[in-house]
Amino acid sequence: MIVLEKRPEPSRGWSLATPVVAVVATMIFGGIVFGLLGTNPVAAIATIFWEPLFGEFAFYYRPQLLVKGAPLVLIAIGLSLGFRAGIWNIGAEGQYIVGALSGAAIGLAFYPAEGWYIFPLMVAGGALGGWAWAMIPGLLKVRFGTNEILVSLMLVYVAEQLLASMSLGLLKNPEGFGFPGSRNLQQYPSAHNAELIAGTGMHWGVATAMIAVILAYVLLNRHMLGYQIRLTGEAPRAARFAGVRPGRLILFCLGVSGALAGLAGLFEVSGPAGQVSIDFNVGYGFTAIIVAFLGRLHPVGILLAGLLMALTYIGGEIAQSSLGLPASAIQVFQGMLLFFLLALDVLTNYRIRLVQRERS
Amino acid sequence: MTDILLSLSGLTKAYPGVVANDDVSFDIGTGEVHALLGENGAGKSTLVKMIYGLVKPDSGEMTLRGRSYAPAEPRAARADGIAMVFQHFSLFDALNVGENIALGMEQPPRMRDLADRIRAVSETYGLPLDPFRVVGDLSAGERQRVEIVRCLLQDPKLLIMDEPTSVLTPQEVDILFATLRKLRADGTSILYISHKLEEIRRLCDTATILRLGRKVGTCVPRDTTARDMAEMMVGSSLKTPQRAGRDLGPVALELQGFSAAAPSAFGTALKKVEFRVHAGELLGIGGVAGNGQDELLAVLSGEIRGTEGSLRLKGADIGGLGPRARRAAGLLTAPEERLGHAAAPNMSLTENAMLTGAVRERLETRGFLKWGAARAFATRIIAGFDVRTPGPDNAARSLSGGNLQKFVIGREVLQRPEVLVVNQPTWGVDAAAAAAIRQALLDLAAGGAAVVVISQDLDELMEICDRFGALNEGRLSPTRAVGDLSVEEIGLMMGGAHGMEVADV
Repeated sequence: MIVLEKRPEPSRGWSLATPVVAVVATMIFGGIVFGLLGTNPVAAIATIFWEPLFGEFAFYYRPQLLVKGAPLVLIAIGLSLGFRAGIWNIGAEGQYIVGALSGAAIGLAFYPAEGWYIFPLMVAGGALGGWAWAMIPGLLKVRFGTNEILVSLMLVYVAEQLLASMSLGLLKNPEGFGFPGSRNLQQYPSAHNAELIAGTGMHWGVATAMIAVILAYVLLNRHMLGYQIRLTGEAPRAARFAGVRPGRLILFCLGVSGALAGLAGLFEVSGPAGQVSIDFNVGYGFTAIIVAFLGRLHPVGILLAGLLMALTYIGGEIAQSSLGLPASAIQVFQGMLLFFLLALDVLTNYRIRLVQRERS
Repeated sequence: MTDILLSLSGLTKAYPGVVANDDVSFDIGTGEVHALLGENGAGKSTLVKMIYGLVKPDSGEMTLRGRSYAPAEPRAARADGIAMVFQHFSLFDALNVGENIALGMEQPPRMRDLADRIRAVSETYGLPLDPFRVVGDLSAGERQRVEIVRCLLQDPKLLIMDEPTSVLTPQEVDILFATLRKLRADGTSILYISHKLEEIRRLCDTATILRLGRKVGTCVPRDTTARDMAEMMVGSSLKTPQRAGRDLGPVALELQGFSAAAPSAFGTALKKVEFRVHAGELLGIGGVAGNGQDELLAVLSGEIRGTEGSLRLKGADIGGLGPRARRAAGLLTAPEERLGHAAAPNMSLTENAMLTGAVRERLETRGFLKWGAARAFATRIIAGFDVRTPGPDNAARSLSGGNLQKFVIGREVLQRPEVLVVNQPTWGVDAAAAAAIRQALLDLAAGGAAVVVISQDLDELMEICDRFGALNEGRLSPTRAVGDLSVEEIGLMMGGAHGMEVADV
């Protein structure tokens, strides 16, 4: 019989090792799935992990790593603060959309005026939009005790409808010959989130993600608020005893995660995506949940996990086009990663013992 | 009395990392009240679980009335005439007494017959009990009677009682003892687990003392002083807390007509609580568990707010302040529940020192934390209160209950409070640590602080407190000087006998 025995202290070693072991296990079992689909598993795994970094077209894929990784990291950092405190914002995708819409709307309102102040205003608008969208589940939870998981998740679908409505109506490009979608912000210099250094993929969103990582690290390790966040997650009663006001903490965590998701949306819509369109969102808000956990809710871990996740996105796309793997196989692969991570996570707090069953 | 009912020989049970029982042997005679004494963690529970068939010994044997006895499960133990009253009751509040008892039976008789049997047994043993009352309306003492009657219906040869008096008022204890003596007279053996030495001296014929899983001695409690028994339990001589003469200062903390709503469906609302405690004074607040102790601590710590009345610290109204502001003003608290309330289990001792120390020990400047100072503070607590741990980086949950309690109390005492409120300061703590904690509280009062001790241990309150009040269903009795109080008066303050009377038998 296998028995799980609680460790007196969480194992530091396993805490660091689980992400690595989870990645390896995902490679093995993902390889088996790819093999069953009739693809050479070694080639598939190599395509996903090697091709984007060191392959023939790495010069194109490497910048993509930053482009795809930045929104994931930015959103995941925000989510991790709430997750640490036991506040489950599942609706970052919606906050991402609303941030993009409100930021883009500000830019489009100024069109065609040029000015240095336009982009900063859009950034503020994006953060504010995401923040406001996250305040809905936040205020409902604090005021009426609703479940933030359900409310924030359902607001994603509301946001998607809002996005469709905007790209077909209010924000539609008047010179777009009736096609859905807004003006392309890439062609509007004052509103364009251009690469800071050409050819590197390094745009304002990447810089903001890096700053968010550093600030989150300082907050969690050096600041009273971060301590209160961790304390609330570890022992809610002890937190109230220490003087944490739960309502304020809920609003802070949801607000920050919403604002960061909104920023990610703004940087995406004004940069790589370029325009508000019906299919603007691609699931960064949901994938960021995986990234947050894969990174152990630790800012540096999230940075690495975001890059790893971006790698599987890009590698997965290559595998789809060059090896003909179905897109759903890649999603299974990414799902496996979270599954193994959470399953192996048990080892941080428990050790496995094989014991002979006591005869009864 | 010379008949041996149950004989244990060489019982050993090891768990990973700890030997719970090591070669324990003793006999329980027929019609004997046998005390099993020991500190927390001495192995009393494991031993009893082996007798009751919940745990299988690694080695050793038991013989019951001369025949080998190895129960595979509690049902087998019950079939052999062994019954147990657990410390925590397993009753359904929504069902009545008869239904609760029927639930525990293999083949319950018709309810009318069962009710008659319950009445018969309860009258025989002086435990009046109405089979049709709903359990949710019963007091703790009455619930315990349900459990005892449930056991007695099986006509047991050996009745095991685990800490039966911890939830009873002195009057209820007297009733229980009368019942147990009657059982003994009828030839039933009783294995009585407790750490209340005076009770054991009153009731028990023989005592077996366990320490660290081993039997360290037997004695006849009537002929042994409580102090000697305590020293056998601890294995070293005990220091009695020293009370220094103190001068009372001005009123430090004052509650007037203070009410608060129950924080949850299972909580107790506080109703018009009034007391005042002076600087240099120790106020003891007794009462049976669940009568508002947790809530009283929470309103003083600032976790829950009052609905009416005033709460004054040195004359200033602090009713509207949160926990941090109250700490800054000098009112510190230590809740009963160590893990999860007073301390965060998975966080290090350094981080737990930050939990309440941030304000007064200046462990933060403008929101930024000074971990070095927090670590030094944690180290000071560990050194000053003899907390056994490898160091301040260890998680709180890795400490034993007593050590963590010393840490929690030490954390507040070292912050030089003007008023300290503690709830169950020595609950589950071994005798030596309990003595150290009581001494620290006395020293604190001697240094001019006001101390409020909420406890269910009356001996503790009588030993260290100057004044005493009791909580009963959220109401606090008027407080009185301890020197003038008799045990009967204390019992009445705690809510009388909950309508319990020794039946005429």
